[in-house]
Amino acid sequence: MQKHLRWTSVLAVTLLALAACTPGGQSSASTAASAGASTGEDPAAVCAADEFGCVEVGEGDNIVIASALTISGDTAFLGNDSNFGIEVGMQDRPEIAGHEAELVKQDAGCGEAEDGQTAAQAIVADPSVVAVIGTSCSRTAVPAMPVLAAAGYTMISPSNTAPSLTNPDTADYGGQFYARTAYNDKVQGAAVAKFACEELQVTSAATIHDGSPYAEQLQQVFADEFAAQCGGTITAQEAINVGDTDMRPVLQTIAAGSPEFLFYPVFDPEGPLITLQSQEVPGLEDTILAGADGIKDQGFIDAAGELAEELGMYFSGPDLNFGTAYTDDFLPKYREISGEENPIAPYHAHGYDAYNIIADAVEAVGLTDADGTLWIPRTALNEYIRGLTDFAGLTGTLTCDEFGDCGSEEVSVAQLQAGVFTEVWTTRDQ
Amino acid sequence: MRIRLPERLSLIDLVLWALRIAIVVGVTAGTVATLAEGTLQATDWRDLLVYGIAQGSVYALLALGYTLVYGVLFMINFAHGDVFMAGAMTAFFVADYFGETGFMNANPIVALAVIFAVSMLTSMIVAIVLERIAYRPLRRAPRLVPLITAIGASLFIANSVRGLFGERIQSYPRVDILQGRIDVLGIPVLKTQALVIVSAIILMLALYYFVERTRTGRAMRAVSEDKDTASLMGIDVDRIIVTTFAIGGLLAGAAGILYALVFNQVHWFMGFLPGIKAFTAAVLGGIGNIAGAMLGGLSLGILESVGPYLLLSGFNVSSPNQLRDVVAFTVLVLVLVFRPNGILGASEGDK
Repeated sequence: MQKHLRWTSVLAVTLLALAACTPGGQSSASTAASAGASTGEDPAAVCAADEFGCVEVGEGDNIVIASALTISGDTAFLGNDSNFGIEVGMQDRPEIAGHEAELVKQDAGCGEAEDGQTAAQAIVADPSVVAVIGTSCSRTAVPAMPVLAAAGYTMISPSNTAPSLTNPDTADYGGQFYARTAYNDKVQGAAVAKFACEELQVTSAATIHDGSPYAEQLQQVFADEFAAQCGGTITAQEAINVGDTDMRPVLQTIAAGSPEFLFYPVFDPEGPLITLQSQEVPGLEDTILAGADGIKDQGFIDAAGELAEELGMYFSGPDLNFGTAYTDDFLPKYREISGEENPIAPYHAHGYDAYNIIADAVEAVGLTDADGTLWIPRTALNEYIRGLTDFAGLTGTLTCDEFGDCGSEEVSVAQLQAGVFTEVWTTRDQ
Repeated sequence: MRIRLPERLSLIDLVLWALRIAIVVGVTAGTVATLAEGTLQATDWRDLLVYGIAQGSVYALLALGYTLVYGVLFMINFAHGDVFMAGAMTAFFVADYFGETGFMNANPIVALAVIFAVSMLTSMIVAIVLERIAYRPLRRAPRLVPLITAIGASLFIANSVRGLFGERIQSYPRVDILQGRIDVLGIPVLKTQALVIVSAIILMLALYYFVERTRTGRAMRAVSEDKDTASLMGIDVDRIIVTTFAIGGLLAGAAGILYALVFNQVHWFMGFLPGIKAFTAAVLGGIGNIAGAMLGGLSLGILESVGPYLLLSGFNVSSPNQLRDVVAFTVLVLVLVFRPNGILGASEGDK
């Protein structure tokens, strides 16, 4: 007994020590120290009045924008895709207010909420960062926002979709410094329910989530809407853990309810595993499978694409019919930058728009003094972004609501055809 | 202790008895309620049990690695999960090549044998190198030192593989002869899982024979009993320790391929969770005890698969399968409360 206790405590202490090894960073917003502004408002006065001060960009210095996306591990396709979109934006618009734009990439991860906080701390430690594009996953946005908000850094997410992030009645609420160019999952969940009700005409469904805000809320919206829109029956709302590999027990219990439709808006590698193992469980052979934007990526295709194509599995996600500016201008540049034939995930155009919103905001609120130094007041920048109206973006005409939802609300459903996600249904046609 | 403080003993006894009764009542109530609901048919329970045995067999093979090393060195080799991963990841490239050239489905038996051999050899070599570089120089160091080294080695192996092979999830090619189900005593079992169970049984029997019936096996047991005396009896202790790591590695490599065949996916971080689970299984069965590792692995697998639904669904717990680790680790804690040395572990006093 003693021996076991000792080993266990040693292990616990070691793990704690590992966990504590996160880069500590203190925020230090720039303060205006300069005098002698010549044009328009006096930067020194504006910056002194701004609660979070100004970002100071000296003549010839770069404007630094940080991205906090998932760029390693199983979900890296999602974050890299958004980074490619930002990079296309930077290629189209290399200069902001006469300064060269520079992107600093942080890894905010996806599966572990703490990684979002770590990335945020690394970002606020750098006072030259103007604004943040991130995070990829809703789970990591939750702990990142308090850190960023305390330092006055605005974050625009290209792919967070959990409803709670823009719902002030929840603990996850992102607050004043949060905005997103992705849609709210209230929209996606309703669209999937509509697709199941009207297009597939199924009457019973089951869901699986992984405990993340994204998956849990999306399946809940779907379940509520499925019942409300066509009186469908939910036979089970099951859950797995991130890192689980044996999905057969959970699938077996779901099969007992014989659902016609199974919706599992999770991530890689759990999503592909559910798809692969679904065929090994008796009772699910005829169930229609559907996932969402979290697995609509190259990682899924690599892991289970062949079988998903064979089964005709569906994937909901943002409607990517953005028009010719997207197909003829954006995509060729994306291919060139990424080296990929097809987008590796759905949220590249949303990253592109997030970059341009930040660039517009900097040009609108930045003040240049006589020395050629650009002063960007953080509060004013945030107010510009949150007050965005009729922004002509690649993903549509964007207007931010009072809680930070700025995304276009068109949702599509795709299937894999010859190894490529091909849209088969979209809310645009409804 | 027992004689000197009888009044304290009675209190502890009382608590333990109350705990025992609470457990029995809780488990019975949950089970009865779940079965009364009748959502799952008998065939569903049977299938859940088979999934559990298959998963448990992989845990058992890995747990043997922990237990063997603990037996001779009294250290927990936390890098064992990564030894398992290294074999499966390396063999992936062979499997992928066989898959693409069509050799896999033309000569499935040969292909699988080669893949098994590659994985087992890789894991064995990693385990031997690990022992030589990371553990042997610390043989006489305090016990904390090799433990920390093992955690470091675990991170080192995982990240080396990440650097060498990339961090993408790799999919093992599907083997046609392993698709579908096979009838075992009238029970349709997935062929992959049947392979896992059969291979695990063969490997465990082989290990049992090796430890109990061969000269080297006897030497291993002697070293495990007392290193210094064994060395006085002319046993090359270093050689025996290397052999122990090699056997642990071979078993881990085999477990890696079985795991890959069942789940189709391998990646650089795949060793972590199964490693922790197998360590748990070894402790559950009684660490240092070979039969205990097998029993612990199977128990843990079955608990994870059957336990959550059986025990929790009756109480209207939503999504019980998400709580599989809670159920499994609660059982671990309870086993250790009542049997601190695991199910089959000898008590400290017997040493």
